[in-house]
Amino acid sequence: MIYKIDEIINLNPSPIQQLTPKDFKTPIDVRWCSGCGGYSILAQTQRILASLGIPREKIVFVSGIGCSSRFPYYVNVYGIHSMHGRAIAIASGLKIARPDLSVWIATGDGDCLSIGGNHFIHAARRNVNLKVIMFNNAVYSLTKGQYSPTSLPGQITKSSPLGVLDDPFNPVGLALGSGATFVARCYDRDQKMMQLMFDRAARHDGFAFIEAYTNCVIYNDGAFDLYTRKESRAEHTVLLEHGKPLIFGDNMDKGIILDGFTPRVVSLTDGKWSVNDLIVHNEQDTTLAFILANMTYNPDVPRPMGVFLSIRKPTYDEKVTEQIEFYKSAPGAYDFDKLLKGDEYWELK
Amino acid sequence: MEKRIEYLEDVTIRFAGDSGDGMQLVGAQFSNTSGIYGNDVNTFPDYPSEIRAPEGTLYGVSAYQIHFARHKINTFGDFIDVLIAMNASSLKVNLPKLRRGGIIIANTAGFDEKNLSLAKYETNPLEDGSLSDYQVYKIDINRVLTHVLEDLNLNPKYVDKTKNMFALGLAYWLFNRPLEATENWLKAKFAKKPDILEANLRALKAGWNYGASREEFAIQYHIPKADLEPGIYRNITGNEAVAIGLVIAAKRANLPLFLGSYPITPATEILHFISGFKKFGVKHLQAEDEIAGICSAIGASFGGYLAATTTSGPGLSLKVESIGLAVMLELPLIIVDVQRAGPSTGLPTKPEQSDLFIAMYGRHGEAPLPILAATSAADCFNMTIEAARIALKYMTPVILLTDGYIAQGTNPFKIPKLEELPDLTPTFVTDPENFQPYKRDPVTLARLWALPGTPGLEHRIGGLEKEDITGLVSHDPLNHQKMVEIRQKKIDGIVNDIPDAVVEGEQEGDLLIVGWGGTYGAIKDAFEKMRQSGYKISMCHLRYLNPFPKNLGDILKRFRRILIPELNNGQLRAILASKYLVRGIGLNKIQGLPLKAIEVEMKVKELLNEVRS
Repeated sequence: MIYKIDEIINLNPSPIQQLTPKDFKTPIDVRWCSGCGGYSILAQTQRILASLGIPREKIVFVSGIGCSSRFPYYVNVYGIHSMHGRAIAIASGLKIARPDLSVWIATGDGDCLSIGGNHFIHAARRNVNLKVIMFNNAVYSLTKGQYSPTSLPGQITKSSPLGVLDDPFNPVGLALGSGATFVARCYDRDQKMMQLMFDRAARHDGFAFIEAYTNCVIYNDGAFDLYTRKESRAEHTVLLEHGKPLIFGDNMDKGIILDGFTPRVVSLTDGKWSVNDLIVHNEQDTTLAFILANMTYNPDVPRPMGVFLSIRKPTYDEKVTEQIEFYKSAPGAYDFDKLLKGDEYWELK
Repeated sequence: MEKRIEYLEDVTIRFAGDSGDGMQLVGAQFSNTSGIYGNDVNTFPDYPSEIRAPEGTLYGVSAYQIHFARHKINTFGDFIDVLIAMNASSLKVNLPKLRRGGIIIANTAGFDEKNLSLAKYETNPLEDGSLSDYQVYKIDINRVLTHVLEDLNLNPKYVDKTKNMFALGLAYWLFNRPLEATENWLKAKFAKKPDILEANLRALKAGWNYGASREEFAIQYHIPKADLEPGIYRNITGNEAVAIGLVIAAKRANLPLFLGSYPITPATEILHFISGFKKFGVKHLQAEDEIAGICSAIGASFGGYLAATTTSGPGLSLKVESIGLAVMLELPLIIVDVQRAGPSTGLPTKPEQSDLFIAMYGRHGEAPLPILAATSAADCFNMTIEAARIALKYMTPVILLTDGYIAQGTNPFKIPKLEELPDLTPTFVTDPENFQPYKRDPVTLARLWALPGTPGLEHRIGGLEKEDITGLVSHDPLNHQKMVEIRQKKIDGIVNDIPDAVVEGEQEGDLLIVGWGGTYGAIKDAFEKMRQSGYKISMCHLRYLNPFPKNLGDILKRFRRILIPELNNGQLRAILASKYLVRGIGLNKIQGLPLKAIEVEMKVKELLNEVRS
């Protein structure tokens, strides 16, 4: 069966070898606040998109509503700026229909985890081949400062003047629990790490989720400073690298061991513990990924950054395509007359 | 033995029994056989909303009604002529629908003490004389079958399972229908179970022979062939017609089909059918919710598919924000709403026409879109093709309204030839020179369709107001007014691309009946009957509800009174009043039941002062 859209799918791609980040800029002025973490995410995205070897016309950015969801207007590829929370649902339909496209989602903590939470967990569960970058600033910014599903208990916002009462989602844990096959965390201040995460996500075959800590200078300034500022991050974060032990600290003199199922900080200088005792990260270990994810709100351990999990499973869009391929040769395939007539028909003369 | 033959114009038969008695199956067989025989046929399956209701109970009764005739018919029959009751409960539930003097064929095995008690009968109605107004035939079907199937040494459970075939065979004798189609169907169905096949074939034949040989069955009824247009026919439900219509529309559009849907009664069958159409290249997503159903379809439409979502009232409520986005994005999309009785959960398995307002007005902002309505099960096919045509040509979401009655009822569908259906192939823009995403066709005002994957056409669309032509985000006040007006004008312009409304009967005068969608059959039957009796009345039935046909305003002016029967509290009446300033007279049935011809007839007579209300 040849469709009209095959003419588009099979068009000669535009030349890609000379693409630069500039090719992914649009003439639209970026309208985020000065100092917003979004600028860094945008710049790293444009840099990575230029390096992927994917023609621009094969890339689509879908977004919902919120500051982060302005993103598609700033990236010169195809894009839809849709409704609050629905980006992943729209992107799912697009990717299932058009597996030839590289489909990305720019979303925020409110858009993705609150109003769009259902679409997020189900797309992860199905392993639709989508790349989700979630700008986490732990606040609703576009509506001018209400608490979000990642705001911390006690946080003072316009809608919680006496402090937030709810506990936050742990986005990485939620993604893992929903079956995402690639889960990572990075932050706006570390350009190199962001580039690495985006590149890994782009090359991952499956649902990729990146939580990007994004500073909101207006409504939640400094929320992640402990983990992102030069002065404190070495002591308060640990970088997850596949095959390497979990070491951190200003002098790289501390490590994480597993005490039963509980990660615990140990010193590598007091003679009790050596590097050999530490957790060695394995991106393919789903159980370990959960343990690491659970370090997120634990004040006794550093906060993990990097790739929590990266495993290969067949994607939903692949499986849909396979079913259709399989039935191509089935009896009655593409026999539209038979479809119309059904099993029982009669002729009146 | 010698039997008297009586000729009839039309008959309504109802097979009724317990949910497990296979009534739906024999009903469908009787319907098919009658179609093959050459009658016009209209059916309605009526089954409980409980999945497996307790056996023998009043709420576990399942029935299938078939109206067949030697002339064109449009409803499944207001009253039953023949009731086949497999147990006491099925008699009790269906007796009120049986016309006085009608035939009851009762399986006495289903009237034992236990069944009578479950049906809450104090005495056996077959014995206590309470059925003296009817012709009652009492048969212990289980006993007859035990004898007929004796040498097969079947488990008694299987013997019991064949009693529906006996009933069908007897009905075939009573109305002189051939057994062949059902025999062939059984042979195909039980090809791998020869003993079950043999039992069913024998039971079918035994039913026929019972009628032919027993003295009490003195009359055989013949309903000659109807004068139907020559062609190839099949029976089809509205839901199947929508599903097939979507596949055929995609074929004629030369596009792949995508359905995003979430299960909901009574629309779910469309999802079932579509999910079985992988061999036609159809992609579908059973989404996590109604919103994801339509959103995934919007995504697929952006990717160049013919995309659809199917739902019923509560689902439509959940989709309205997304429909607004589709209006703003100006992407083709088909939204099928199989209407059921609301509000809220309402009566999920029962039909109503109460979603016209939400279809017309149910979005924030100015968000016009075309609305179509199908008049019958078979018409669901035509209107699905039409919805696709308009969606693709005008780059717009289209709402197609069907209802729980036509979705599940059947009538013969004259199978069209693929090549006779309109060519719906869209144009995709590929030339980057002077490309602008909101540049429009000067005639249709449809914007260009540029697909991801086309080099040089990279563009962003979204729910924020668009600047005219460029599609860039614009907060300019005058641009917003202009865009609202363009979107309205685009939908209004479709009026030049749809057929005029047709008035049947007098072209002007006293009384015009205006209906829409699934009530067509009842209104048409009442209208025909009254016309034949000499009444000077007229009818005009609408399938295009937005825009209305352009001659509708003129038509309404030519009549002194407008009767508007609807299965709602007057939604079309209100819309016609606001648009054409006509004061219609409502016939508003809001009972979760289809409209009956007799109800229309009574109302017309009341208006003509022949019946004092």
